[in-house]
Amino acid sequence: MSEVFTKTMARNIFYGGTTFFFLLLLALTFDTMSVLPERDHRENITDQVILGKKVWEDNNCIGCHTLLGEGAYFAPELGNVYTRFGNSTDAIKGFIMSRPKDGIPGRRSMPQFNLSDEELSAVAEFLKWTSEVNTANWPPNIQG
Amino acid sequence: MQYQSQSVAKLYFIAAIGLFLGQILFGTVIGAQYIWGDFLFPAIPFNVARMVHTNLLIVWLLFGFMGAAYYLIPEESETELFSPMLAILMFWIFLAAGAATILAYLLVPYATLAEITMNDLLPTMGREFLEQPTITKIGIVVVALSFLFNIGMTMLKGRKTVISMIMFLGLVGLAVFFLFSFVNPHNLIEDKFWWWWVVHLWVEGVWELIMGAMLAFVLIKTTGVDREIIEKWLYVIIAMSLITGLIGMGHHYYWIGTPEYWQWWGSIFSAMEPIPFFMMVLYTFNMVNQRRREHPNKVALLWAQGTAVMAFLGAGVWGFIHTLAPVNYYTHGTQVTAAHGHMAFYGAYVMIVLAMISYAMPLLRGRVANSNKAQVVEMWSFWLMTIAMVFITLFLTAAGVLQVWLQRYTDAPMGFMAVQDKLEIFYMMREIAGIIFLIGLGTYIYSFFVGGEEEATA
Repeated sequence: MSEVFTKTMARNIFYGGTTFFFLLLLALTFDTMSVLPERDHRENITDQVILGKKVWEDNNCIGCHTLLGEGAYFAPELGNVYTRFGNSTDAIKGFIMSRPKDGIPGRRSMPQFNLSDEELSAVAEFLKWTSEVNTANWPPNIQG
Repeated sequence: MQYQSQSVAKLYFIAAIGLFLGQILFGTVIGAQYIWGDFLFPAIPFNVARMVHTNLLIVWLLFGFMGAAYYLIPEESETELFSPMLAILMFWIFLAAGAATILAYLLVPYATLAEITMNDLLPTMGREFLEQPTITKIGIVVVALSFLFNIGMTMLKGRKTVISMIMFLGLVGLAVFFLFSFVNPHNLIEDKFWWWWVVHLWVEGVWELIMGAMLAFVLIKTTGVDREIIEKWLYVIIAMSLITGLIGMGHHYYWIGTPEYWQWWGSIFSAMEPIPFFMMVLYTFNMVNQRRREHPNKVALLWAQGTAVMAFLGAGVWGFIHTLAPVNYYTHGTQVTAAHGHMAFYGAYVMIVLAMISYAMPLLRGRVANSNKAQVVEMWSFWLMTIAMVFITLFLTAAGVLQVWLQRYTDAPMGFMAVQDKLEIFYMMREIAGIIFLIGLGTYIYSFFVGGEEEATA
């Protein structure tokens, strides 16, 4: 780089640019936080949904599944599993309950987590709530 | 090595390499589970092995960054480290906490681990990459603060250079943004929003400052190019990294419940994220061409050039191919993401740490450079690992494209598991590439034990 462009100028671009764009990020963050309630329907976050998120976290579900496309890519997307399973929380509960303890020979299988009925209902309600978030029409189709 | 206290870096580098080996071993386990779904089930389920794979990566890179700082900061500051004792103490605490956490993942069901570490008091577990028990997270903060105090005090009493300032700024940012790992609202959408303040602002933000500082240091030492020139480049590169990368965060906010305007902000700014990586390639090769000395440590320079090229390909090009919102609509959360993740982490962060180790380790062991024989072995490991990673990325990309085609970009979408069966051939080839990577890593470790005539010339 030529002598016209000095190290001081480079430094000022770094500090100035970083400050400006960090402030822009903060502004966009504030705006996002103000419009999120209309998109995430937080009025529907019941105690059961809160418990469901805890069950989801305590069993590291994200270690195999994606949820709204984030997580591991080993097992199906669950952001829309409620609709994929015919808008049925019972179907979700039934699937989780029925996993064989020792897996399925030669195939991927979800572990048997031995969840209580309360926990099963909660995680199903959590996934139902998640499926109702406005995700800009993602995923592209029912298969996730 | 000019200052006695730089020797603490050696501990950190050895631990980093050891944990790197663990990371790759578990990588081959999960690669196998993609082919044989019941491999090691139910003893080591996929989620556990993956958590070990990703957490070991993060921990060993942190060891690498800290080791690099303990080597580089005293030398830049032209003074001994403020407290070598504190650095050694923190090393053992961090290693013990890290090892205990990894062992707990393997030995105890995750839900039990959450219970015995009293996660309910301050729930932070069960989120990707932030799976560590809350107590471990608190430990990381304590270690990070002591570390920043130690190198900060060292800088205060010595010479302040651009490299040490940028390194310090990057490490402070690393510690500050890690604090967002304690933010876990009941609302999943808010949880996801703040989760990226750790993950994105680390790997597409402040870590690039750390990488830039380490690369600049190695280049100054091995090429002998004037510091003024290198520092100017460093400023421009990291300026572009943050100018594009801060708002580039938008590319994570397309489909997780956040407003649609992020599709514009994210697409436009993250499309520019390759620019700093391209500049890094130009700069590295320019500096090497303008070199004023022939440093006997050839392999360190190979890693430095390698990290620039591979970071550009992995973070820059492979990031770009799926970053535009209309493309990402189909590729989000597929094997395309996995392909990008692998090459980006290897190119940008694994290779810069290995470049630093390659430069510093011979000096820490009392020689300017390793013997020619040892360097040749290390060069073999460079090519084995790098080419293996290129193929891992290509096979995962092929798997991802096919996955998108069958499951998403079609009028007759197939189910997830049915599609996975169709991808088996790519997973098979990826696993073979993974095993070659492991062989490359074995070669790398072996290179430390190759003797031969020392290179004495400086």
